[in-house]
Amino acid sequence: MSVGIVMLCHTAFDRAAQVARHWAVRGCPVVIHVDRRVKRKAYDGLVKALNDLDNIRFSGRHACEWGTWGIVAATQEASTIMLRDFPQVRHVYLASGSCLPLRPVEEMVAYLTDRPRTDFIESVTTEDVGWTIGGLDVERFTLRFPFSWRKKRRLFDGYVRLQRRLGFRRRIPAGIVPHLGSQWWCLTRQTLSAILENPERDEIDRYFRRVWIPDESYFQTLVRQVSANVESRSLTLSKFDFQGKPHIFYDDHLQLLRRSDCFVARKIWPHAGRLYKTFLSGDPGGQAAAEPNPGKIDRLFAKAVERRTKGRPGLYMQSRHPNENWENGRTAAPYSVFEGFADLFDNFEIWLGKATGTRVHGHLFAADRIEFAGGEKIYNGAVCDSAAIRDYNPTSFLTNLIWNTRGERQCFQFGPDDSQVLTNFIAGDPNAQISVISGAWAIPLFHSNSNFGEIRKEAARLQKIEAEYLNELRKPWVKARVRTWTLAEFVENPMEPLQTIVDEISPRAMRRLTEAPRLADLTGFGQFLQNLRNQGMQPVLMGDFPTGDDPRPSTSRRGRPYLVK
Amino acid sequence: MLRLARKRWRIRAFRKRRELRGIVDRTNLIAPDHILLFSTLRNERIRLPYFLRYYRNLGVNHFVIVDNDSDDGSREYLQAQPDVSLWTTKHSYKRARFGVDWLNYLQNKYAHGHWALIVDPDEFFVYPFCDTRPLRALTDWLDASSIKSFSAMLLDMYPKGPFDAAPYAEDQDPFEVASYFDSGNYIIHRNKKFGNLWIQGGPRLRMFFQDLPERAPALNKIPLVKWDRDYAYVSSTHMLLPRGLNQVYDEWGGEKASGCLLHAKFLDTFAHKAEEEMERRQHYANSHEYRAYRAGISTQPDLWCKWSEKYINWRQLEILGLMSKGNWA
Repeated sequence: MSVGIVMLCHTAFDRAAQVARHWAVRGCPVVIHVDRRVKRKAYDGLVKALNDLDNIRFSGRHACEWGTWGIVAATQEASTIMLRDFPQVRHVYLASGSCLPLRPVEEMVAYLTDRPRTDFIESVTTEDVGWTIGGLDVERFTLRFPFSWRKKRRLFDGYVRLQRRLGFRRRIPAGIVPHLGSQWWCLTRQTLSAILENPERDEIDRYFRRVWIPDESYFQTLVRQVSANVESRSLTLSKFDFQGKPHIFYDDHLQLLRRSDCFVARKIWPHAGRLYKTFLSGDPGGQAAAEPNPGKIDRLFAKAVERRTKGRPGLYMQSRHPNENWENGRTAAPYSVFEGFADLFDNFEIWLGKATGTRVHGHLFAADRIEFAGGEKIYNGAVCDSAAIRDYNPTSFLTNLIWNTRGERQCFQFGPDDSQVLTNFIAGDPNAQISVISGAWAIPLFHSNSNFGEIRKEAARLQKIEAEYLNELRKPWVKARVRTWTLAEFVENPMEPLQTIVDEISPRAMRRLTEAPRLADLTGFGQFLQNLRNQGMQPVLMGDFPTGDDPRPSTSRRGRPYLVK
Repeated sequence: MLRLARKRWRIRAFRKRRELRGIVDRTNLIAPDHILLFSTLRNERIRLPYFLRYYRNLGVNHFVIVDNDSDDGSREYLQAQPDVSLWTTKHSYKRARFGVDWLNYLQNKYAHGHWALIVDPDEFFVYPFCDTRPLRALTDWLDASSIKSFSAMLLDMYPKGPFDAAPYAEDQDPFEVASYFDSGNYIIHRNKKFGNLWIQGGPRLRMFFQDLPERAPALNKIPLVKWDRDYAYVSSTHMLLPRGLNQVYDEWGGEKASGCLLHAKFLDTFAHKAEEEMERRQHYANSHEYRAYRAGISTQPDLWCKWSEKYINWRQLEILGLMSKGNWA
């Protein structure tokens, strides 16, 4: 018993000849079909290169345009020759000119001899396939496709749309249950001859002639009528990318292919000399009984498709520049924005860095320069602290920072005195954790040594900006995790909100905060606010600070660490 | 409108052909499937041996070069190479739109239907799997994927310490000397008119254009194109017409495949070059760039900082997000 190879070729004939010879000299007869559109000279060259082998045949030539009947016609004719001329053949293996056997031929023959009645053909009902391109699955069988997909794409698409709108449907002949699957199969003589010698073949062929991509459905459908033992998988390792074109194997895939234990792979780059040399050398293989296991290669290609369709979240670069809301993650990683904390607490940045183990920056969006952590002039990724460069493209600045520091959470201070242009971007970013103590900007003013007239003006300005900012944070499209407190609320009980924030930043740590950051001195702050009011400015964002009655925490907790059990 | 602009560039290129004088024409050696490289240069003799070797190794079949009045032996050296076709001109580089007109003409004449790589002698093309797969593997894959243009961002490479600390020797890999780059310091704007991305950044931005970032040089490049005589480069290799060729980036979240052009500009040869270019005033935006460099170089010539990344290979650039494999695996 032996295996016969039907080989469909349309290019790279030197490689096809090499592979055909490999099969033939190892006792597997080969029938070669060459696309009719190939030039005479190339065809003759192939015939000549193989004319010393008596178990190679060439079949009549059909034009094989992708997606059309020609490929099926070619397969039928070549298979017929195979069954007629080589009676010892039990299994027929359909391969292409760019297929390469990965395991010794004897192993494949042994494998098939052990399974004499099994048909290896991927055959899936149209409801169950998820891989069809362009949304055509069952419609492949019910619409008409008179226009070339390659050359007249617009007519093709337009005609499909028209038929859908008119509700046109072809009748599927009785007894045919559409199945789809990989074009590359391996069928037994019994099954294949039953399909080819079917008395109703003319009628069936007439129907399939007008089906879209019949090479993925003709045998896949008919095998269900005649075979009792369909193993629905292809023995050929062949992977398709998101456009439906096959992935190509190169020299650097050698180890992967070796370990896949697959019998045949497609498609091989014709110049992959090392692959051809290695796999056609005929050295003894590994474990003779190993089942094909393409898992690793599957993963590699699945990853490649994901890279192409989803990309890396938060990355903006020369070949990935998503439109708004198509970013699949505006930024690369979670980060935290603190407004008012550095005003309310002394050395808040140092405390936060210690409590959470993250990188804590100052005001990254300060007007004059970027306040990187530790006062660095240049930061991760060689971003420099120039405010002019940042303001030239603030989005790039932030996305770069978060991308460059992947793996280390970034925190930074923000306030009404900073550039506000990025508010929308950050508020719409699910990676952002925004915590605001509203009105805390008044504390530095309170401590400042300016004339009260100037303080009043500045307070009015900052309040206006912060009010707008808070307003943005309340919009329905906001995706950031936002928490706001008024200054009065926060001072009343600072530990609980701090604990919540810290837990969210480093959830696994679950440490109780043992050391509170030190509150700024607020003695007389209520009076300060009252003075502003008296001058005609209405401070509202800090909440309800009673005049004269200084907040308790500022007096009772000053000067010693605060312990929470 | 853009169609008219394209016509105008092509006509202009056609008229500029008269400025070119043929030195040696071996274009009869070009076979239909050959990959061609186009370049224009001036006084780059010391770089040429490695440049040619690098691209021959990648699998470039033929070099088409315009020499802009070199007087350092570049012309004679190139003339003797078996796979080089050479033209020379004494005309203004600036008025030929920085050489674009000359090359557009030669590309339209010789590159129609070929994959063409358009690079300067200090630009070295790196693409996914370039250490294991020749350039033809890439162009075959692009053909199979119906992709006509391939993006490769300019990545400025620099040494640690002053430029002249480690001199560059002829035929040496320039990245043994200038082996550092900025890994995440790039700013992207979208150019609505031509549909391309406009990328600025790297050491030049942070050292010389801190106060005028909008004047920083463009780093986006589309150097590899399946050329058609209807195409035209608009400004250097930054953008092309028709504008569909500039769509080298994905807008729906995915990543298209892309490479990098390692830029070996900042070697010890640079100071001399900057001086010469300032005198000739033949560069972009009234040589603003060179003026900024000269000002920078006379005070502090070290581009290196502690965040500079040392170049290893293309995979490193891929991980850093400077280029992408896309769906090529």
